[in-house]
Amino acid sequence: MSILTAAQAVLPMSDGAPAENVEPITATITAAQAGGAFPLMWLLFALPAVGAAVLLIVGRRSDRWGYLLACALPIGSFILACILLAQMMALPEADRQVTLELWNWTFAGSFDAAFALRLDPLSISFVMLITGVGSLIHIYSIGYMAEDPKRRLFFAYLNLFVAAMLLLVLADNYLLVYVGWEGVGLASYLLVGFWQYKDSAAVAAKKAFVMNRVGDVGLSLAIMLMFLTFGTVTFSDVFEAAPEASETTLTIIGLLLLLAAVGKSAQFPLQAWLLDAMEGPTPVSALIHAATMVTAGVYLVVRSNAIFDLSTTAISVVLAIGVITMTMGAWIACAQDEIKKSLAGSTMSQIGYMFLGAGLGPAGYVFAIFHLLMHGMFKADLFLSAGSVMHGNDDQKNMRLYGGLRVAMKVTMVAFFCGFLGISGLPPFDSWFSKDGIIDAALGVNVFAGLVALGVAGMTAFYMTRMLAMTFFGSPRWAEDQHPHESPPVMTVPMLILSIGALFGGLFFVYVAPIGEWLAPVTGYEESTPVIPEIPLKLTSLAIAIIGIALGWRKYATKDVPRVAPTNVTILTTAGRHELYGNAFNESLFMRPGQYLTRWLVWFDNRSLDGLVRGIATGIGDLGGKLRLWETGYARSYALSMLGGALLLGVVVATARWF
Amino acid sequence: MTPSAPVAFPDIQWLQLAPIIVVLGAAAIEVLVEAFAPRTSRRSIQIGLTFAALIVAFAIIVINAGTFQLVVAGSAAVDGPALFLQGAVVLTALLVALLMMERKVDPSGDAFAARASAMPGSEDERQFTARGYLQTEIWPLFLFCTGGMMLFLSANDLLLMFIGLEIMSLPLYLLAGMARRRRLLSQEAAMKYFLLGAFSSAFFLYGAALIYGFAGTVSFGGIADAVVGQSQMSGLLLGGIVLLCVGMFFKVAAVPFHEWAPDVYQGSPTPVTAYMAAGVKVAAFGAFLRLMYVAFGGEAWEWRPAFWVVAILTFFVGAMIGLAQSDIKRMLAYSSIAHAGFLLLGVMAVTPDSLSASMFYLLTYAIATVGAFGIVMLIRDDSGETTSLDAWRGLGRTHPLLATAFTIFLLSFAGIPLTAGFIGKFTLFASSAAAGEGWLVLLAVIASAIAAFFYLRVVVIMFFSDPVGSGPSVATPSWATQTTIVVALIVTVVLGLFPQAVLNIADHADVFVR
Repeated sequence: MSILTAAQAVLPMSDGAPAENVEPITATITAAQAGGAFPLMWLLFALPAVGAAVLLIVGRRSDRWGYLLACALPIGSFILACILLAQMMALPEADRQVTLELWNWTFAGSFDAAFALRLDPLSISFVMLITGVGSLIHIYSIGYMAEDPKRRLFFAYLNLFVAAMLLLVLADNYLLVYVGWEGVGLASYLLVGFWQYKDSAAVAAKKAFVMNRVGDVGLSLAIMLMFLTFGTVTFSDVFEAAPEASETTLTIIGLLLLLAAVGKSAQFPLQAWLLDAMEGPTPVSALIHAATMVTAGVYLVVRSNAIFDLSTTAISVVLAIGVITMTMGAWIACAQDEIKKSLAGSTMSQIGYMFLGAGLGPAGYVFAIFHLLMHGMFKADLFLSAGSVMHGNDDQKNMRLYGGLRVAMKVTMVAFFCGFLGISGLPPFDSWFSKDGIIDAALGVNVFAGLVALGVAGMTAFYMTRMLAMTFFGSPRWAEDQHPHESPPVMTVPMLILSIGALFGGLFFVYVAPIGEWLAPVTGYEESTPVIPEIPLKLTSLAIAIIGIALGWRKYATKDVPRVAPTNVTILTTAGRHELYGNAFNESLFMRPGQYLTRWLVWFDNRSLDGLVRGIATGIGDLGGKLRLWETGYARSYALSMLGGALLLGVVVATARWF
Repeated sequence: MTPSAPVAFPDIQWLQLAPIIVVLGAAAIEVLVEAFAPRTSRRSIQIGLTFAALIVAFAIIVINAGTFQLVVAGSAAVDGPALFLQGAVVLTALLVALLMMERKVDPSGDAFAARASAMPGSEDERQFTARGYLQTEIWPLFLFCTGGMMLFLSANDLLLMFIGLEIMSLPLYLLAGMARRRRLLSQEAAMKYFLLGAFSSAFFLYGAALIYGFAGTVSFGGIADAVVGQSQMSGLLLGGIVLLCVGMFFKVAAVPFHEWAPDVYQGSPTPVTAYMAAGVKVAAFGAFLRLMYVAFGGEAWEWRPAFWVVAILTFFVGAMIGLAQSDIKRMLAYSSIAHAGFLLLGVMAVTPDSLSASMFYLLTYAIATVGAFGIVMLIRDDSGETTSLDAWRGLGRTHPLLATAFTIFLLSFAGIPLTAGFIGKFTLFASSAAAGEGWLVLLAVIASAIAAFFYLRVVVIMFFSDPVGSGPSVATPSWATQTTIVVALIVTVVLGLFPQAVLNIADHADVFVR
């Protein structure tokens, strides 16, 4: 037992869970009652929205100062968020739910879609993440986009994104969530396709947009169904009324919300857009496709916990999707050679962990959000570091053409390494707490999911080591004319600040500001007891991480990495390189049938009836008539179609009478 | 009735009928103006009369608010829906009239041919154009059409409804053929519209005859009594309903009775296209709602399956074929087809809520449509309007305000929140689902998600495509077109943000008088 005792003494063992079952927040207080800065919470999203508007409207005249304004406004939101956070912490626990009604968007009689904001521990956590990481990425972009002629436009879109994302998490009802949801989708579309002169970027933007729309339909249907069932779409009213609805209704609402979440968060089966979205500028990948927007799905599920708690089917599907995507993402990340695509696979996988956490119900919600916050920091750090690497290497993305960059890019390597520590599950860094929290909880609720999560943790350590080794270690493999150089401080300083978060975020949220107790009043919490006792579990998880790192190091740091991807690889690697055939799947299942249907309809609409008329004429053999029909055509074929329609209606009505 | 019995003249409720009388009366006066006023002053007189008539008519509609009665021996109704939709028609007409008087965007005159009788491409035509002739007969035609619409949607028996239908349609057939540019295309459009319109009228009439055979009356109230009294639905009744519906489906451009719409929209002068897409849709749906709610509402389950088929076909075909269009007017035609599909949900639900939701939807759709076509008029090249989508590339860079305005109209068509179109779609879909058509709403939501693509495609083309050549050439319009666009924009945004006042009006107008 001495190992265990030693482990207990050395390893941090807490995982940030709330100490005891916490009472949910019941009282809602208005911003006016709460006083202080609360009535100003609308400024959180209004500031960046103003930035976007100014930059877009003033146009080229703001080229010289626009980007500075665009950086200053999210920082302003961040400062306001800090004040609000401090104020909220001063409130009694049961009162930490402050609403602010900006204007009442009521219509259709009883419909109460007030334009109302809601600040509670869950939303303020997101606000901190979005404004904090968002501000850093704005600053980083000053350097990253310095040479781009459209830099002002880039900052305008970035501000637009921040505003929409803040609206999404601050909304007090599902309809307003939907507004933010569409807003971030639009901003994502604009930013992924920002370098639209590249065909790949334009195509990727379109693809991301289309797949997101599939999810959006789910959200709009869910809202509609909520309105029909509960007569309201305000969070507190829906959650209060939820227990009275039938389980079938709740399951359908839950699955529709999940469809929306899956689309936005690039989860199976709507995952294929995320890797392509890496065509966007790297700050975009860091902010939108790693730290914030793609986690909106997790937010939606956790926010709707009152619905998911009441439907075992819906929540089981959340769990299953989490497990599948977690594995798929890690698998893809292990096989991709482009640094950003590998990171994107990792993002899918980590969000899969969050879905798994959320799919555990009350036992996992807090860990899902905890991991989400941690992920926001370390993954933003990793992406910005990757962006810095690309910036210093003529936008080379292929890791096979890096190698040995540790000499030329020391600061970047340090930042990347901190991110590596944050994600790979080593104590006492971020994932050691947050990811293991999910694994612990999973082992108590669903052993299979827990074991898979444990295994994927090893894959995580492996692919991160692979990235680290291929980029910074080994022998240089760059082209002759490539001169790797370090990025300017305007880029490296934000990276280093995020590195601090990647290293110490976990410790902070466990020991200084326990995240579990902070969130539990919103999400609820139930203790779950893992099937494996705590200390052996922690040791196993540590061992798995170390094995992953060792395998990765042996394969990619100690051996030469070929400059061209070898082709004699296992079927597993081939599949991973092809993103597990997600594109082929989508194309054959959705895109091609859709295209064919449209083409067929157009064809039918234009020609077929005409052809029918011609065919009849030919059949009769009346040459003159045939020629005449060839010449006149349309009006009469339209009339024929009307006649056909009339017959069709007659048949339908007559048939319906028989039943 | 014996031959000697005195003919009973019905009471005429002058005040209640005044809006229609004013509009049709002004139209008749305008015909006289054509005959007697000198050429130089005709245009200003006609425009003055048209606006005066429309404004007076609107004022009387407002004064009549709250009226709930049958007039002229029960053959017409003045009730909430009639007044609301007449108001919508008159507002639409005002905006369209502003587009019709626009003379600045085309160097040679307004959107209409200098002399409709001149052969396209002939020396005569060239001469007339060079002398700056204007075809001022468009104004009486336009007012007759407007009066027809108002009559059509308040008619309470089949005969008056048919008369309204024809008064509305005949001037439109003429107006469709009077485009100044691309006259052959315009005349072809007019011809098609006329032929197919006549064909559909025949269906309507035949249906009316069958219904008369079944019920022994043409009044909606009488038909409703006869329908409810039936234990076994008669073939006459069902056949009549189907045939009447074919006539109405044609007017609202529902699939498979829609094929005229893209051709006719494309060929007609753009202000007339705007009126077809907006005004006709309001009037025809107003009449359709009244017909199905009042006369046949008692047996909705009998005819609803036919509506399912048509509605599903309509919104899917509209949305999917719209995706493949490369001409803005054809694209807007398919958009109007898709909207007709959504509105059919309101017709088949037969509940007060869906009635008010449909009316709100019609209003928002009509106003945004006129605004959108107002912008279509401005994108031109040497040969007149260029409706090819390629001409819109880069509009967002060269003319950001115009492109933003068009974007807002498109977002409203797509039903994106914070626009009037969203409120319209939401209330309509919610009321339809509440009426038990949940699965149909599901399909409609999917179709509107598909339709959103083609709207957003235009947004993308405007803002994110590089301009072709020197960029789109945009004519600077006079105050008239500017007013139309700005008013339509304000209505679209304000009804998106603060819809309650107008929704309340619609809610208070949600019952048909019988």
